[in-house]
Amino acid sequence: MAKSGAVRKPEAVAPPPRGERALRAAELDRLIHERVRLGIVSALAVNDALTFNELKALLKTTDGNLSVHARKLEEAQYITCSKSFAGRIPKTEYRLTAAGRRALERYLDHMEALIRATRQG
Amino acid sequence: MASPRPLHDRALDNLRYIRQTMERAGSFTAVPGWGQIAVGTTALAAALVAARQRTPELWLATWLGAAIVALAIGGWTMVRKAYAVDDPILSGPGRRFWLSFLAPMAVGGLLTVVLYRASVWHALPGTWLLLYGTGFVTGGAFSVRVVPVMGLCFMIVGAAALLGPPAWGNWCLAAGFGGLHIVFGGIIARRYGG
Repeated sequence: MAKSGAVRKPEAVAPPPRGERALRAAELDRLIHERVRLGIVSALAVNDALTFNELKALLKTTDGNLSVHARKLEEAQYITCSKSFAGRIPKTEYRLTAAGRRALERYLDHMEALIRATRQG
Repeated sequence: MASPRPLHDRALDNLRYIRQTMERAGSFTAVPGWGQIAVGTTALAAALVAARQRTPELWLATWLGAAIVALAIGGWTMVRKAYAVDDPILSGPGRRFWLSFLAPMAVGGLLTVVLYRASVWHALPGTWLLLYGTGFVTGGAFSVRVVPVMGLCFMIVGAAALLGPPAWGNWCLAAGFGGLHIVFGGIIARRYGG
């Protein structure tokens, strides 16, 4: 410990594999790393907008699960949510924001960098 | 205890998941390959029957009958495939596919009436093939890559029917609605799940 004046010797552990170092180097976006949230962002990246029911069918998830994860992405301003009525039926529509698209691009870069690093290593 | 999966495996798995989600979200995958093979077979039969008709009206009736049969087969197999692959027909990419596909089909129907009234029989095969191909090129933008390619092939056969001698018409229909449906139906059935 510093107080005792002793210099702590680094532990003799093997360095992490190269790919792992690459992964640690850039902070992983935990928000979209989760499967359902990654699915929401990926699906919205190739569509202008998707309704709640379309996303639910696409990701094969439950109402509760989807709404919890969508809310987290909304709070991070990765997606926007608009509610309207189609006749008498309520319609919830999601869109990807510029920040969300950038986050997905960063995540893709991160995964590709990790794969490259492990192949080179 | 199972050893944790290597990071690059997880990264590959994540990339695969993103790609699959984007494909399912962005393209209409319920174009039925086996249905197209069945439609192609009925079109080949229709071409043989139509070639034996003595009047243009009977020739037209034969092809319109074949179109109704094809619509029934295509519709039924598409609904079955849509359920099987969990790809909604009337929402998301499916809706965009249909909006793009049906506009040239409506034009084709209208032009058929106009050309029939004007007795311009020889222009019918080329018009049908061109507009059917146009439907697949435009709708195919929201489907798997092979669909617009198939549309382009229909357009080429349609152009040959329109610019070639009138005697080619019936056989261009056989080559297009018969041959191309069977060939591309086989590709779709093999590569895209039925």
